[in-house]
Amino acid sequence: MKTTSPVTSIIAAIGATLITLGNNWKLAGFVLILIAGAIFPLVATGVFTFQITQLLIYAIAIAGLNLLTGFNGQFSLGHSAFYAIGAYVSAVLMTQYEMPFYWTIPVAAVVCFVFGFLFGLPALRLEGIYLALATFALAIATPQILKFKPIEHLTGGVQGLALFNLKPEAPFGLPFDQDQWTFYVTFAVTILMFFIAFSLVNSRSGRAMKAIRDNQIAAKVTGINLSLFKTLTFGMSALFTGVAGSLSALLIAFVAPDSFQITLAIAIFVGMVVGGVGWIPGAFLGGLFILFVPNIAEHIAHGLGWVFDLIRSVVPFFPTVSEQSAKGLTGTVYGVFLILLIYVMPSGLAGLLRLAAERLARARS
Amino acid sequence: MKTKKYGMIPALALGFAVAMAGSAFAQSPGVTDKEIKIGHLNPYSGPASAYGTIGKAIAAYFKMVNAEGGINGRLVNFISYDDSYSPPKSLEQVRKLVESDNVLLVFQPLGTPSNTAIQGYLNGKKVPQLFVATGATKWGNPKKFPWTMGWQPNYQSEGRIYAAYILKNYPNGKIGVLYQNDDYGKDYLKGLKDGLGAKAKTMIVSEQPYEVADPTVDSQIIALKASGADILFNATTPKFAAQSIKKMAEIGWKPVHFLNQVSNSVGGVIKPAGPENADGIFSTGYLKDQNDPQWKDDAGMKKWFAFMDKYYPDGDKTSSFNTYGYTVAQNLHKILLGLGKNVTRDAVMKAAANMKDLDLDLLLPGIKINTSATDFYPIEQQQMMKFNAKENKWEFFGPILSGEVRGS
Repeated sequence: MKTTSPVTSIIAAIGATLITLGNNWKLAGFVLILIAGAIFPLVATGVFTFQITQLLIYAIAIAGLNLLTGFNGQFSLGHSAFYAIGAYVSAVLMTQYEMPFYWTIPVAAVVCFVFGFLFGLPALRLEGIYLALATFALAIATPQILKFKPIEHLTGGVQGLALFNLKPEAPFGLPFDQDQWTFYVTFAVTILMFFIAFSLVNSRSGRAMKAIRDNQIAAKVTGINLSLFKTLTFGMSALFTGVAGSLSALLIAFVAPDSFQITLAIAIFVGMVVGGVGWIPGAFLGGLFILFVPNIAEHIAHGLGWVFDLIRSVVPFFPTVSEQSAKGLTGTVYGVFLILLIYVMPSGLAGLLRLAAERLARARS
Repeated sequence: MKTKKYGMIPALALGFAVAMAGSAFAQSPGVTDKEIKIGHLNPYSGPASAYGTIGKAIAAYFKMVNAEGGINGRLVNFISYDDSYSPPKSLEQVRKLVESDNVLLVFQPLGTPSNTAIQGYLNGKKVPQLFVATGATKWGNPKKFPWTMGWQPNYQSEGRIYAAYILKNYPNGKIGVLYQNDDYGKDYLKGLKDGLGAKAKTMIVSEQPYEVADPTVDSQIIALKASGADILFNATTPKFAAQSIKKMAEIGWKPVHFLNQVSNSVGGVIKPAGPENADGIFSTGYLKDQNDPQWKDDAGMKKWFAFMDKYYPDGDKTSSFNTYGYTVAQNLHKILLGLGKNVTRDAVMKAAANMKDLDLDLLLPGIKINTSATDFYPIEQQQMMKFNAKENKWEFFGPILSGEVRGS
């Protein structure tokens, strides 16, 4: 122990910090997350880093939708629109105005907030499923608007905009490749966004949002400005999703109308429901689901070939299904997953975790 | 403790020797003495899932190759992922292919937007993006993207072929256009307009776009009929092509109908639309039609039927996607065969850019595949054909046409 290597000193530092944080488990958890985030891209493969970056981006978008639906009771099937706007603001600013990527994030956030706020105004008159339908229309219209001729010189029309050569390198000569650096940027923004989300829902405004969700008339009686809070929530929700879109432009390095079809809006919605409506950390579980379950479903579908062979050996008139054709069942397997999940955990993974925690607490007492 | 330390040395040396031996053979990623890994993307789900059967036919083809002993002693490990026609998903899946599965090349990714999303990545990594399944004109640009190559005739040249036919046979026609609102549809429209030249403005009376996510094209068909058009130029993907043919029959509209080659599958489009509704439709082709009795005794066609029976028995034997998949897979097979033992990414690209009068089982007689270091458009010839409902098949007519259009 004459000379301390950097590794041991770092471990010692972490240990010391942990001891001081011993009583404050929230802060300790936060520090742990920071350390995990810092180390992760250094040890993970490039493609896994890419996937986890995508997961964080989905989580931000899902958290945005959750603010609107879970905490304010307004439905949206159109969040792909704000995701697209965020992505396009970044892409257009980078390609047409040569703005560095980092500065396009706040611009995308502001633009999406304004769009969301404005969309929230007519949404005031729509409730429940009618609002869902109106936002659905927004999601359908967005890819078409992006191809609209008069703005084609900005958006690149159907061809979209390729940003391969504009991805920022790590600054100050830091020894990170693009995957690692994109992860760090996304990770930092994710922490900031979730900090904002937690602060928001635990603030006075957050309580007002929840009061509106639970009982509008009662909320109004207590002096809450309904229209202001509902439109502001719509704006904040769009802002979150727009920031996610902006980060996705960085990660994918290509934006095109086909990337923002209605399926994306549905994926964000599914992510929210699976993660748990009205529970912020559920966004990560939701992101995990919409990112990985389709891949898992694909593997399972691919492996179904032998199941059909087995059935055919018992039921001779069962049609021949080759291994390749079983692959076409990916969507079906995904659907089965979804149905099972909603059946087993009607309040999402959040509900399951809460239930488990309650059982555990009861068992202890 | 010391013995343990020294015990490591022989092991290290052995590892080093193995590594050296490996590098001596100059083995490329995805290639071992026993195996060649080929990566593939296809929309098995989502709005373009009708194309899924192409991927299945290709997988079946390589199964056949393996059953017959592989390629120069190596078996093909064909890894195919679903990208559901979504560009971000394509990028995720292609990265998995290149970085986790370590494939030699990425074969036949389908769709113009998806291929654009992965083009920068694959060219940056110097991984062949070979024979992309899209006819957009931009894929043949070896100067900027030396690792990307198309395969099928491009959409613009096909549009020009129809334009020439219309000008010759229906000079006073009123043309209505139905097209998919993306660069695939717009490429066709551009080819048609370029081919019509100055007459495009007066001859085209209505242009009706639709979105790939639209449920139907019914309203567009009604609008086209109302425009008074007597010629329909139909640049749609399979699902919409079938819908449009059906809807036209329902409302009793019978224009001269030019259907793009993308959707002329008898099994995938004509059958669901009702063959009786498709009588007299014009299209172009470059592959032999398996539903046409004139190829009944053709050696190549016989091979294809035997292949379908044995390796893809539940595949649709009337679908042109399955002849397409077989043929494009055969082209890759021939390239890899020609490389012998020296299979590297570089060698694959060089061979692909040096195909001379290559003939494949199902290409129409007279159509040959040619490429060079500056010509990344493998198939540039096609022939016109007309659908005969009575016999449920396409009938070829006229000469082999070349509508060469080069992208910038």
